Amino acid sequence: MITSLDAEVLAIAGRSLQVTVSALAISVAIGIPAGAWLALAHLPGKRLLTTVVYTGMGLPPVVVGLVVYLMLSRAGPLGSLGWLFTVRAMVLAQVIIATPLIVGVTMSSVLAVDPSLREQVRALGATPVQETLAQLFEARFGLLVGLVAGFGSIISEVGAVMLVGGNIEGRTRVLTTAIVLETRKGNFDLGLALGIILLALAFVTNLAMVMAQGRVGNPR
Amino acid sequence: MQRKVASILLLVGLMSLLAACGSVSQEPLRLVLATTTSTQDSGLLDSILLDFEQQYNVSVDVIAVGTGQALEMGASGDADVLLVHARAREDEFVANGDGTQRYDVMYNDFVIVGPADDPAGIADQPSAADAFAAIADTEATFVSRGDDSGTNTKELAIWEDAGIVPAGDWYESAGQGMGAVLTLAAEQQAYTLTDRATYARMQVDGLDLAILYEGDPILFNPYGVIPVNPEKHPGVNYDLAQKFAEWITSVDVQGRIGGYEINGLQMFVPDSEQWRAAHPDGGS
Amino acid sequence: MIPLVYALRDVKQTYGPRTVLNVPSLAVEEGEVVSIVGPSGAGKSTLLRLLALLQPPSSGAISLHLDRRIITAANATTADRRQMAMVFQRPVLLSRSAYDNVAYGLRVRGERDADDRIREALAAVSMSELAGADARTLSGGEAQRIAVARALVVQPRVLLLDEPTANLDMGTARLIEDLIATQRSAGTTVILVTHNIFQARRLATRVLLLMEGDLVENALTRQFFESPRDPRTAAFVAGDLNY
Repeated sequence: MITSLDAEVLAIAGRSLQVTVSALAISVAIGIPAGAWLALAHLPGKRLLTTVVYTGMGLPPVVVGLVVYLMLSRAGPLGSLGWLFTVRAMVLAQVIIATPLIVGVTMSSVLAVDPSLREQVRALGATPVQETLAQLFEARFGLLVGLVAGFGSIISEVGAVMLVGGNIEGRTRVLTTAIVLETRKGNFDLGLALGIILLALAFVTNLAMVMAQGRVGNPR
Repeated sequence: MQRKVASILLLVGLMSLLAACGSVSQEPLRLVLATTTSTQDSGLLDSILLDFEQQYNVSVDVIAVGTGQALEMGASGDADVLLVHARAREDEFVANGDGTQRYDVMYNDFVIVGPADDPAGIADQPSAADAFAAIADTEATFVSRGDDSGTNTKELAIWEDAGIVPAGDWYESAGQGMGAVLTLAAEQQAYTLTDRATYARMQVDGLDLAILYEGDPILFNPYGVIPVNPEKHPGVNYDLAQKFAEWITSVDVQGRIGGYEINGLQMFVPDSEQWRAAHPDGGS
Repeated sequence: MIPLVYALRDVKQTYGPRTVLNVPSLAVEEGEVVSIVGPSGAGKSTLLRLLALLQPPSSGAISLHLDRRIITAANATTADRRQMAMVFQRPVLLSRSAYDNVAYGLRVRGERDADDRIREALAAVSMSELAGADARTLSGGEAQRIAVARALVVQPRVLLLDEPTANLDMGTARLIEDLIATQRSAGTTVILVTHNIFQARRLATRVLLLMEGDLVENALTRQFFESPRDPRTAAFVAGDLNY
């Protein structure tokens, strides 16, 4: 019983990590360029866009879950994808939840960089892409905070992944939904143990990120 | 330095893409079973499903939700087969053309549980409706599932029988699953309506609530299995759903349902047509 | 005939209703060290920014002539910009080591094996010992020297300097002045904004006086200080102008 449970718990924890890392990577791939663009581009309606992003940072996850559910339902517009109750659906919901966070944090950390830096690196011969990279590099501490916050919000999210993943054993069950299930069953001790695993995962990952921050923070 | 950061980000992105692909590349046949939390939380499905999965080389995705959501999943074509308990709504589901047919599977019964000293005095009432009326009269705390589940549907039917619209500080609508509601009721020493299976399982773990009323025919809780209609929802896996319905109603599986016990307590009574035909005396 | 590097015609810079710079005509030849002097707010930094092609003027034309190309703010390519380097009045360093700051201009040009040049540039501004220091921990004067070093290390053909010695003590200021003199000898075209007319006199081949956006005087250094055309120049040189 214990050993079989261990294998199952390991698989669940691994799936939690898989969903979190995938969703975070996609959110970062979308969010950092979008945030940098929003911070640096001169465009009309920028305030409106900024407000939209900040509102997105506060999206109730379960509402995101419901909307994704309705989109992916066989009766919904994206039903033909067959994504409902799969890891993909969970990743999709998490990307929608986490991307505004990454965009917002990127935007504010890039805006916090001295605006003259851009001109000064241009005057040293930087291409527009190199200018943007230099600004992102200056904003790296803020970006790391965004990564940490994104990771935490994704791995601890339960409402949306329960809805769109369905908490299917061996397929879409992750730590948070397993905790809900065990609590529902009255297995509080098992629920708590899963919670401790969740915390440990978050701790180890954050520790790694903080150490990475120390490394990029100290020049040679 | 910028290069390093960029390449690390790229690497993470690629790895997760690979991981995402890997997770969906090996799709065996899937059967989506929408069911109520009671069948999953009681452990019944875990104990019997493996046989079906091996026999038909299929992976059964159990989505355990409230009966309301389970029926909704069927009505939107997101589930292939339903195993639920809300008889009137099941019949409506089939009548609407969302399901092909409803088959009897099993039943358990609901019981009214509460503090052992029974402050509202429901134990000696002649009917479940009278028991509910006694709770309302004394304004003893009652916790309702409040989640549109089969249990919730049953509870509301009993209130209607009693001619009472439950409202007030004493009536708490929790909006949660059975296990959570039982815990909530135990913490407050309140009354609630529960299926016997979940109660029995949790009582083993020391739940501080007693069965105070049982046996009224209205508390009979039949489970039915319904394959979702492929004519209305072309995406569903009807063949497997029909096989599942035949499998779970077969005498062999029915016997195992009847034999499923938690700490010596039988959880469900098999009740399919095939089972009844094989056991005309009703004994199991 | 010495080739022309800069040509300005009817250049005006306005911010809203305010005209901050008005230069009807100006030419700079290759190898000149042109010093721009004038009171605060005269438009010196604005002119330097325009010469750096960081922005086009509100009206008029300003062009940089290199290798038979006519370069403006609108058509300047990265390759064109890499012929120039500018030191800003308030340098913003990258939050990495002093060494990496000096290396930056070379790295964006794809020059990887330039350790010797970087160390040489650091030594030239006596910052060798602080090469590994985090740039954010440097003092104002140290940051200024790194800013000069990171501009010089890319060996620009046109060097634009905005008050490069403002934060420096006399000794270090002389060090920077010597570096500018070396650039002059090497044939680099230098545009030097300074509030210090003595520095202009020491370094420049030609001096421009800007007052309230107007180009008051444009003369060879000796003539500027000894026989200016405009009476305001004489007053400015004598220190009689209030600003």
